[in-house]
Amino acid sequence: MPARFRLTEGGRIDRSNPISFTFNGKVYQGFEGDTLASALLANGVHLVGRSFKYHRPRGIMSAGAEEANALIQVGEGARTDPNLRATQIELVDGLTASSQNCWPSVEFDVSIVNNLASRLIPSGFYYKTFMWPASLWMTYEKVIRNAAGLGKAPEGPDPDSYDRTFAHCDVLVVGAGPTGLAAALSAGRSGARVILSEQEATLGGSLQSEPNLEIEGKPALEWVEAARAELEGLENVRLLTRTQTYGYFDHNFIGLMENLTDHLKEKPANLPRHRLWKLRAKQVVIATGSIERPLVFSDNDRPGIMLASACRTYLNRYGVKPGSKAVLFTNNDGAYAAALDMHKAGIHVAAIVDLRANSEGPLTEAARDAGLRILTDHAIIATAGDKRVKAVQVAPLSADGESARGGGEKIDCDLVAVSGGWNPTVHLHSQSRGKILFDDSHACFVPGDSAQASTVAGACNGSFGLGGCLSEGHDAGLAAAKAVGFDGKGSASAPSAEDRDFLPARWLWLVPGDKPLGHGGKHFVDVQNDVTAADLHLALREGYRSIEHVKRYTTTGMGTDQGKTSNVNAIAIVSQYFGCPIPDVGVTTFRPPYTPVTFGVFAGRDIGDLLDPARKTPMHALHEQAGAAFEDVGQWKRPWYFPHDGEDMHQAVNREVRACRDSVGVMDASTLGKIDIQGKDAAEFLNRIYTNAWLKLKISSCRYGLMLGENGMVMDDGVTSRLGENHFLMTTTSGNAAPVLAHLEEYLQTEWPELEVYLTSVTEQFATVSIAGPNARKLLAELTDDIDLSAEAFPFMTFRQGRVAGIPARVFRISFTGDLSYEINVPASYGAALWQAIMNTGEKYAITPYGTEAMHVLRAEKGFIIVGQDTDGSVTPIDLGMDWIVSKTKDFVGRRSLYRADMDKPDRKQLVGLLTDAPDTVLPEGAQLVEKIETGPTMAMLGHVTSSYHSPNCERSIAMALIKGGRARMGQKLYSPQADGKVITCSVSDVVFYDKEGERTRG
Amino acid sequence: MKSRYSIFSLMRNALSYHEKWPEAWRSPEPKSSYDVVIVGGGGHGLATAYYLAKVHGIRNVAVIERGWLGGGNTGRNTTIVRSNYLWDESAGLYEHAMKLWEGLSQELNYNVMFSQRGVMNLAHNQQDLRDIARRVNANRLNGIDSEFLTPHQIKDLVPIIDLRGNGRYPVLGASNQRRGGTARHDAVAWGYARRADEHGVDIIQECPVNGFEIENGKVTGVQTAKGLIKAKKVGVVVAGHSSVTAEMAGIRLPLVSHPLQALVSEPVKPVIDTVVMSNAIHAYISQSDKGELVIGAGVDKYVGYGQRGSLPVTEETLAAVCELFPSLKRMRMMRQWGGIVDTCPDASPIISKTPVDGFFINCGWGTGGFKATPGSGWVFADTIANDRPHPLNEAFSLERFNSGYLVDEHGAAAVAH
Amino acid sequence: MLEINCPYCGPRFETEFSYGGEAHIERPKDSENLSDEEWGEYVFMNSNTKGVFLERWVHTSGCRRWFNVARDTVSYKILAVYETGTEPPELDLRKDV
Repeated sequence: MPARFRLTEGGRIDRSNPISFTFNGKVYQGFEGDTLASALLANGVHLVGRSFKYHRPRGIMSAGAEEANALIQVGEGARTDPNLRATQIELVDGLTASSQNCWPSVEFDVSIVNNLASRLIPSGFYYKTFMWPASLWMTYEKVIRNAAGLGKAPEGPDPDSYDRTFAHCDVLVVGAGPTGLAAALSAGRSGARVILSEQEATLGGSLQSEPNLEIEGKPALEWVEAARAELEGLENVRLLTRTQTYGYFDHNFIGLMENLTDHLKEKPANLPRHRLWKLRAKQVVIATGSIERPLVFSDNDRPGIMLASACRTYLNRYGVKPGSKAVLFTNNDGAYAAALDMHKAGIHVAAIVDLRANSEGPLTEAARDAGLRILTDHAIIATAGDKRVKAVQVAPLSADGESARGGGEKIDCDLVAVSGGWNPTVHLHSQSRGKILFDDSHACFVPGDSAQASTVAGACNGSFGLGGCLSEGHDAGLAAAKAVGFDGKGSASAPSAEDRDFLPARWLWLVPGDKPLGHGGKHFVDVQNDVTAADLHLALREGYRSIEHVKRYTTTGMGTDQGKTSNVNAIAIVSQYFGCPIPDVGVTTFRPPYTPVTFGVFAGRDIGDLLDPARKTPMHALHEQAGAAFEDVGQWKRPWYFPHDGEDMHQAVNREVRACRDSVGVMDASTLGKIDIQGKDAAEFLNRIYTNAWLKLKISSCRYGLMLGENGMVMDDGVTSRLGENHFLMTTTSGNAAPVLAHLEEYLQTEWPELEVYLTSVTEQFATVSIAGPNARKLLAELTDDIDLSAEAFPFMTFRQGRVAGIPARVFRISFTGDLSYEINVPASYGAALWQAIMNTGEKYAITPYGTEAMHVLRAEKGFIIVGQDTDGSVTPIDLGMDWIVSKTKDFVGRRSLYRADMDKPDRKQLVGLLTDAPDTVLPEGAQLVEKIETGPTMAMLGHVTSSYHSPNCERSIAMALIKGGRARMGQKLYSPQADGKVITCSVSDVVFYDKEGERTRG
Repeated sequence: MKSRYSIFSLMRNALSYHEKWPEAWRSPEPKSSYDVVIVGGGGHGLATAYYLAKVHGIRNVAVIERGWLGGGNTGRNTTIVRSNYLWDESAGLYEHAMKLWEGLSQELNYNVMFSQRGVMNLAHNQQDLRDIARRVNANRLNGIDSEFLTPHQIKDLVPIIDLRGNGRYPVLGASNQRRGGTARHDAVAWGYARRADEHGVDIIQECPVNGFEIENGKVTGVQTAKGLIKAKKVGVVVAGHSSVTAEMAGIRLPLVSHPLQALVSEPVKPVIDTVVMSNAIHAYISQSDKGELVIGAGVDKYVGYGQRGSLPVTEETLAAVCELFPSLKRMRMMRQWGGIVDTCPDASPIISKTPVDGFFINCGWGTGGFKATPGSGWVFADTIANDRPHPLNEAFSLERFNSGYLVDEHGAAAVAH
Repeated sequence: MLEINCPYCGPRFETEFSYGGEAHIERPKDSENLSDEEWGEYVFMNSNTKGVFLERWVHTSGCRRWFNVARDTVSYKILAVYETGTEPPELDLRKDV
């Protein structure tokens, strides 16, 4: 059964395909091809929402992306979408939609009291009140917050997926109305790779609402159909429908959002919901058309008051009568088409209220011929009707148009079609930094010069007649193709059509009401944000004179439609207030996106594991099997500790630490950065990069190095080994491998290009296993037969090449634990095998895998720093007490900074050890230290604890700290006040806590 | 004396249809000379002028703005206010600002909607936790409210957060400053402008500066689009154009100007009642009183004076937001924009005298200047009035880049935002 | 998203590159003889030009080579790309070319 207001024929809906949907809990019928808006209107539903501030009843004002009123919540639970425009929602079977911002219902909304109190809450009222008492603002705010907002956010994790893709093309044509189709045809025929994007599901744009226009002597829609068929047949053309071209960025980079499944009842599992196209176009043709402008008159916001072009769209495209008794209110000839269409469709046109002093023009004449009642030089000065307009008050205008003459005549109606002229959709052009000019004859902003490789054509260019659109589109497409190197031979001539625009018109920006402005009746400029002309005047009166101030003070144009229908009216009203030309007021900036874009598309599939993929070592699976707990170090997953059954972290770490001192422990050190450095100047290069000397390092020897930034602060450290005369292997901290390589490359290429050095990251080419403890040598001896492991043959800080467990290996005798230790590097693919072999052979030594936490304890026992934990980018080698590693005789990166005036101040923070008075008390890392406990709220701090552990080998707690003038404070008592009020007392000590002579390392 | 703003004046003016409200500030032509000319009509500049007049009695002051008041970073930031900085020097400055924020609406008789809804900084790994512990302890001993939150406490405050972070960025804890929050950015500029004007300060908009008059190493005036304006002292506080402006006086600065991006969603009913910041994944989110999710993103890596957003930064930030708040994936971005931030090598500002006598500079706030607005104005006014740094900004001199006494806030992983 | 024409690889998206700040600032060879101020100038000070700026980029996710770019920091237009260690080409310095 067709809905009440559905015409019996006509429109581009599929009457054989009925669809049922729910709105505010009630089931309705529509057809395939409907939008939610057209289907609601077909069912006579005009009241769809409540306004933001005053909660006034609101209906559907447009038929497109510019809709500011009919914002709808679609779906439920985790799959709900707030603030969708009813005019853009394609009807799909089972759709569930509801009104927003009303309680208990859209029919009866208690917050309508705001409307009654509206005299008290003009623009900016909140800046003037809610200040006393100060303590209550948070309470006021809570009320304001709950009242604000429109729809509701989803309530659970989004079940849908999103996608992103890159694309390149020769010519992007934005918009598939007549202009865009003509452009795509001419560019496509000439062979250019073309992408034609269209926000709607179907092509043709405004032509879909035009029953009478012809192109090339045929009905316009036949031409659209032929164009579609031809474009689909061209291999070099891609059509992207349901795709919003939302942003025009630098270097002709365009963002588009394609909607793939919202219109489908069954969502295919393999399809993302939306897709972000990241497009680099060599040329862009902007053919985004224009948007009709409402008139600003008293109480112009009632349901049933809509744009004249929208009336035509509902009639002609959807076969829906948006009312039974209509008044057309216009300032131009073009809108008379709406009256004629309504008349033809059987809607009683009660009157045409024309602001123009002389009603003339071809369509005006046609209406006159049709016998329609035309009230020239008249205005609607008031409207009536609560949930639907039911009458308008119409009066003649004074000579200057600033007031009405007399009380006028009341005309009953249930539909008011409004037209205030047209605004080119210059958004993308403006986003591309193209200039915007004012066109006096059409009273609208039009594109000026382009700033990028783009052209604007058709209505978007201020060319409002069909003939002009087609020829501009054709020419723009052709020119774009030629600009990228195509000769354009295949392109035919521009399609021809009648060229007629909407003039003549009269520009009366603020239609007088029956009362002075602001004294009753609301002249809405921005219906979504409830901003009236009186609000604009208030802002101006109060000194908010810049258009940006007016916008921000009143919030006009700041709703979800971003002022598509309101901005030009606001600017014009401001200009009138000042008595200056409109362009002098300026134009507010058009910012992306043109229409809102789903967050999910920006993430695409780069979420979860793909957000920032974790790096795992070749032995990772073995660690997992061993039950390791992992910690994130940079991008790496590293075993943190290996708990046995029933052990907590503390117990596990203690066991691991002891094992490394008592027998042997094994650690996966594969994450350490490894950089292979070769070339005849490799040693010289290292000499300039590191703070210490490198020229004389012997082959097969290793050396610890410290690397600074040019500001003198410690950047990284690690051991570098000389594999050959011109061959070194550098190790870096796990998190710094990439920045260190970048640092080396930068200096090599930009400062010292004369050096012959080659840098290669080999972090992932090698797996590294570190074995540490008194039994390390014995263990290794069982695994190798070609390396002499004796202390004399293979001393500390040297390296040997050989086979370990049958695997070709580089074995480094270096130690971060302070115990006898070897680091074994093997090709990464052998990592797991090596680990397994060491574990098997080590069984007799009760070999113990240890994680990063045990490593931290072991190195802290020895006072070895961890860059990034014991340093923070503000620490010099001198601060660390590492003067011994800073050469005085050569230059290196950062050297000069160490000699600046403030660098040897005695109160610089220096690295020291701390011993708590109570040996069992472990200072929390990050604890601050003071010299004396004060009673005030503040205490002068000396520094903080960087590392702190229970040391099983020292059988007490140990800590490292950066303390002002720390080295001069040896033995001094310091205090660490804790959040719970307790104070931990400790004394300053040397930073080496265990085996101060280093015998174990060298043993 | 202007009319006082209150519920009573609102009611009274309602009776006269709001037609009797006076101008919030005058729009005078510049006089030929002033005691002090402040270049830059953002929040910091207007606050400086206000405190010069109010605290130091220097009323012969002009604020020169090249565009419209608050049109720079004041009107483009994500409005976060907090004072939980790591170093003593920063803590002193930002906490002073915080105390001024706490009475600002009343001081200005203009509701700047300072909302102390709390600001939390998330920790995603062990080092984050150490850094947070360090900062929370330091804040406490500097008299700044600061607390550590467990994941459970975070979830209570922000129910829509996913603590697992898909395993990649798990939420392990957070620092929280309850006195932190947000404020209405435009209102800060307007409120200071209105009060400064009331104290006699001339606010001159649409007046670009073309150069400075300097004689014998001392500034004597400002060349503007409205002619030469003589000045005994000049304070420059023009975030986004500090290097360009200082260069007109022959001063070089250690700044790099980057486009910084922000975006808002469509407005929805309240879903997030506090401010959540994650430095590790570059996402800062709060919800405005209007219901928009306000999201701060990162900077474009290159020098840029374009106040516009770019796509890669948006992608990165929104991916992070979707990860932390999986229910927000269906929300939609309504508007994105950019501001120009002048970043300093140590992520701390410069509030300083310069080699030119009588010429003062206040710049380098990076991405975090808004929160300092009242404090910055306060100390800058004091510095200008007394021709020497206020104790609170002594450490923030230009000289530190020679001597090496940097106040390195990013080194300490305390977010520099 | 800028498109940068790597002199070694051709045009690529900005996201493949890292930024290196101002170009043509040579590291002082005799830093010992510099005053703190002169050294501070090298380490910290910047031209931070509004307009055509000569800057360094590196093709991090490509050839990893450094090169110089002349770019307008307002329009972001790239006027020239040239190799490290070479002088910038003659540029058309009209505003917003």
